[in-house]
Amino acid sequence: MGTVVCTEKVPAWKGHRLLLLAPTDSQGADQGRPFVAVDLVSAAPGQWVFYVKAREAGMALPNTDNPTDAAIIGIVDHLREEGREAPGPAPAPRPGAQA
Amino acid sequence: MITARVVGEVVATVKHADLSAQKLLLVQPVDPDGKRKGQPMLAVDVVDAGVGDRVLVVDEGNSAAQVLRRPRGAIRTVVVGVIDEIETSEPTA
Repeated sequence: MGTVVCTEKVPAWKGHRLLLLAPTDSQGADQGRPFVAVDLVSAAPGQWVFYVKAREAGMALPNTDNPTDAAIIGIVDHLREEGREAPGPAPAPRPGAQA
Repeated sequence: MITARVVGEVVATVKHADLSAQKLLLVQPVDPDGKRKGQPMLAVDVVDAGVGDRVLVVDEGNSAAQVLRRPRGAIRTVVVGVIDEIETSEPTA
């Protein structure tokens, strides 16, 4: 939903952007509070992404010695959900929990 | 490990290298009676599970790495089994 700019940041984050994520459910409806995540896939505001939290977020960066607690690790092209046979284009941006 | 039901499949072209060539499933944690518990999450599938299956899921990075036989990385949630049956001594609701 937005970009966070920090000029002074942890060295391990160099070259990565910080994005503000609005968690959603599988239908794209808002769910929970927005939070900041390190972007590893060049996502853009408005895109539907998925992220990983906790220690694995830090392990996702090239330099694993870092204090990351959330990292975007993919952009959702398409979500086929049970009971919804004809999926349209991905609804609004949506992070699908951890992978 | 937790029990969950597979409720969807996710296609993502742009993703972290650790996820390349991995199938991603949307899984809904459930209790032994099949009741939903908590939020759905994405999991890497290594047992060829499909939508509707009740599955066994690990949600911890070190276990995930061991299952995938690789160093620790960006993956923490993996579908590691398809459940045939659960037997409990508790009466089911």
